[in-house]
Amino acid sequence: MQRAKRRVTLPDKRVSEEVLIMNELKAKPIYLDYQATTPTDPRVVDAMLPYFTEKFGNPHSRNHSFGWEAEDAVDVARGQIANIIGASAKEIIFTSGATESNNLALKGVMKFYGKKKPHLITVVTEHKCVLDSARHLEQEGYKVTYLGVKENGLIDLEELKAAITDETALVSVMGVNNEIGVIQPLKEIGEICRERKVFFHTDCAQAVGKIDLDVDDMKIDLMSISGHKIYGPKGIGALYVRRRPRVRVIAQITGGGQERGMRSGTLPTPLIVGLGKACDILSNEMAEENKRITELRDYTLQKFRDRLADIYLNGDEEARVSGNLNVSFAYVEGESLQMDIKNIAVSSGSACTSASLEPSYVLRALGVDEELAHTSLRIGIGRYTTKEELDEAIESISVAVERLREMSPLWEMAQEGIDIKSIEWAEH
Amino acid sequence: MAYSEKLIDHYENPRNVGSMDKNETSVGTGLVGAPACGDVMKLQIKVTADGIIEDAKFKTFGCGSAIASSSLITEWVKGKSIDEAGAIKNSEIAAELALPPVKIHCSILAEDAIKAAISDYKTKNGQGDVEAAE
Amino acid sequence: MTEQVYLDYNASAPLCKEAQQAMIAAMDVTGNPSSVHASGRAARKIVDHARRTIAEMLGGDAERIIFTSGGTEANNLALNGLEGFTVFTSAVEHPSVIEARSDAKRIPVDGNGVIDLAALETMLKDASQNGEKVLVSVMLANNETGVIQPVAKVALLAREYGAKVHCDAVQALGRIPLDMGRLLVDMMSVSAHKIGGPKGVGALAIAPGVMLVPQICGGGQEKYRRGGTENVLGIAGFAASAERAEASMAKMTDIAAMRDRLETELASEAPELVVAGKGTERLVNTSCLILPGMPGETQVMAMDLGGVAISSGSACSSGKVRESHVLREMGISDTGSAIRVSLGLETTHEDIDTFVRVWSRMRGNAARKKARHAA
Repeated sequence: MQRAKRRVTLPDKRVSEEVLIMNELKAKPIYLDYQATTPTDPRVVDAMLPYFTEKFGNPHSRNHSFGWEAEDAVDVARGQIANIIGASAKEIIFTSGATESNNLALKGVMKFYGKKKPHLITVVTEHKCVLDSARHLEQEGYKVTYLGVKENGLIDLEELKAAITDETALVSVMGVNNEIGVIQPLKEIGEICRERKVFFHTDCAQAVGKIDLDVDDMKIDLMSISGHKIYGPKGIGALYVRRRPRVRVIAQITGGGQERGMRSGTLPTPLIVGLGKACDILSNEMAEENKRITELRDYTLQKFRDRLADIYLNGDEEARVSGNLNVSFAYVEGESLQMDIKNIAVSSGSACTSASLEPSYVLRALGVDEELAHTSLRIGIGRYTTKEELDEAIESISVAVERLREMSPLWEMAQEGIDIKSIEWAEH
Repeated sequence: MAYSEKLIDHYENPRNVGSMDKNETSVGTGLVGAPACGDVMKLQIKVTADGIIEDAKFKTFGCGSAIASSSLITEWVKGKSIDEAGAIKNSEIAAELALPPVKIHCSILAEDAIKAAISDYKTKNGQGDVEAAE
Repeated sequence: MTEQVYLDYNASAPLCKEAQQAMIAAMDVTGNPSSVHASGRAARKIVDHARRTIAEMLGGDAERIIFTSGGTEANNLALNGLEGFTVFTSAVEHPSVIEARSDAKRIPVDGNGVIDLAALETMLKDASQNGEKVLVSVMLANNETGVIQPVAKVALLAREYGAKVHCDAVQALGRIPLDMGRLLVDMMSVSAHKIGGPKGVGALAIAPGVMLVPQICGGGQEKYRRGGTENVLGIAGFAASAERAEASMAKMTDIAAMRDRLETELASEAPELVVAGKGTERLVNTSCLILPGMPGETQVMAMDLGGVAISSGSACSSGKVRESHVLREMGISDTGSAIRVSLGLETTHEDIDTFVRVWSRMRGNAARKKARHAA
């Protein structure tokens, strides 16, 4: 762990809660949930700290130097973000996170162009916030096509071409899936959209810093970016909105007119500085980092395959982002597995839905059997993951899988050669 | 989600994991749930000639609460008559393990499993008055 | 830079030590509050603790605190989240209320900027005869003048006609005690960075029975009322700043004394000076000063050169010089000559001395210039 120590002395009366939390974390769990959120990079923290203290101005207060300083910092960050996606600084709109960016992109574009072009195309495996926004638009009378995905999690480009009509205003396809890590063919999608004169939005919350992105080369018109998925802070994100040809967006939060009128609200300077710094770090280190993480990922998968029978990788093995392993450990229910390996933070399904009992809708869309969908674990590898941690995690997960399989009636049947599909289960 | 100590104990040290020969006449087997729903429970009882459960075994595919519920019920039924065992209510299991509301269905599954095992035993032994003839 | 005297608290207050430390501590917590593992639960704990703190401060219920990206989003959510309602807002609301619903009807204000209750009653009566469902949105304290609205009276009136009430309490938070129950409001917006918390976080508190349609959807956070991973750092900082603000409430007396001294000293020097809203109850930290004939922008720049940061109205207008709708609605003629001075917990008597000194010099220079031109 290269994380710097950042303990601070807390004033007495406030100690209680924080100390309790820290004690809970002292038995340092192995963090393998980098798709849910990432630890903030100490360099990001260092960049943010001055803006938490002496440099506190409201960046919109144009007429005093406190405000100017804050505005400068915001502009620098805008440039840093634009830089890693090949955009210009003026095309970056700050939001409270990728969820808001996705809401703004879908609702904002559809509400502007919707009178003539009320049709939106998206994909069944998108993040919940894209699907919810689409559903919301449907309730308001817009038409939405939800493209399916192939078994490997990728969309069929021919299906996309066929879905576009004269009424289509926007196509929204995510760059990288949050659960299974598959990379959609953005450049090809961009070309199809440009040719048909349809705007292309992509949710790149999980893609930034993992794959090379260039809005011009990929013909992307809008792109959602998240801070806390790239070692920046939570509560900040951005939406790239193309200026040439211009994309118009109806603001969803109004009043104050900040961000070229597309998003009102006082800008959180420290968080913006943090997001900028996170992008800046990526622009220097991304290639090397992803090489290292990919090696760790392949190593982990191989180790599991060597040790355990009946495990399945969900999502395409090739078109896959560096840090994502989504594995089904057949005959072992994911939540019980997660409970067994309590010193390891992994996810069984996406973080936003893991408190519910439904198996992942993404895995279902891939056509993964429901019983296998219940046995999946998402292992997220990231900047601070070490080989030693992975070895420890592989060992505990394997031991847990073996223990739980011994306890599993399905495993027993499989060993006896009984096909569990041949049994008439009373679904409840 | 916070789990009770009892639940965690049953999950970490489950009692009576295993299988018995389902073809033996003294053994009743209950298999409930479905893989697609994320939980399957197999519960077996061995019954003496005078109708007392002398042994119980389980195997469960499911969450920690499902595993703990099945472990607990195998402990409870041992030494009970099949009628007494059949009278165990899911609410008693839920209360004992302090199951959170989203996990109540695990205790229902355990109740179903013991009823199914008793029913299987009765069918095998020609006791026609099977109440749970599902 | 560090020597500059900061008197622009209504735009943003400096981040307090408590918030800073709470955020630094929270930086060590990695998890996503929606994740079920220990890291996730640790993050959830911070959010839950903050929810209780904010709820206590507003006299609301932790279950019904919705964290947002700030006061603007909270106001937007309140005004757009109730479906099928006609909206009445006062004419002097913050732009985030006024622009959230362009179809809203305006409740007029008097010369002090206080809402006209009789006019509101007429509007409510008409609406109820038409069978309309009404949401009344009235701010507790004005950002430009500090004028305090009779929100409880508004709410009582609204209740008579079955209307719901939203209150933008962004400027009131930490400056006057808030109690949703006593104010009888159904929704209340607050923001962290006005009380020494971080920018980018705020909350909407709602009363039981208020059903909101989310404006940012997806993810199911905030009980399905506002999607998006929680701004854990910001929320931790918000709670810490709220606790400090509560504990520092007594200091408002000192601040009142400083603000009153500032106004008295300026008035004795410049009899033509107008203090907006002086005839009614105002926030004790805010002073909206109109110096006829001297553009507000010029005053702000001159003060900045002299080392004092103030504002010429709401900071939200992103550099665009706009006439203040607040002053215009109050019937003030020389709206372009207003500055806003706003004090906070870190303000000292020395700051006020500096302000008065720089201000006198500025006014003196302007007078000399005028005289030269005349000559």
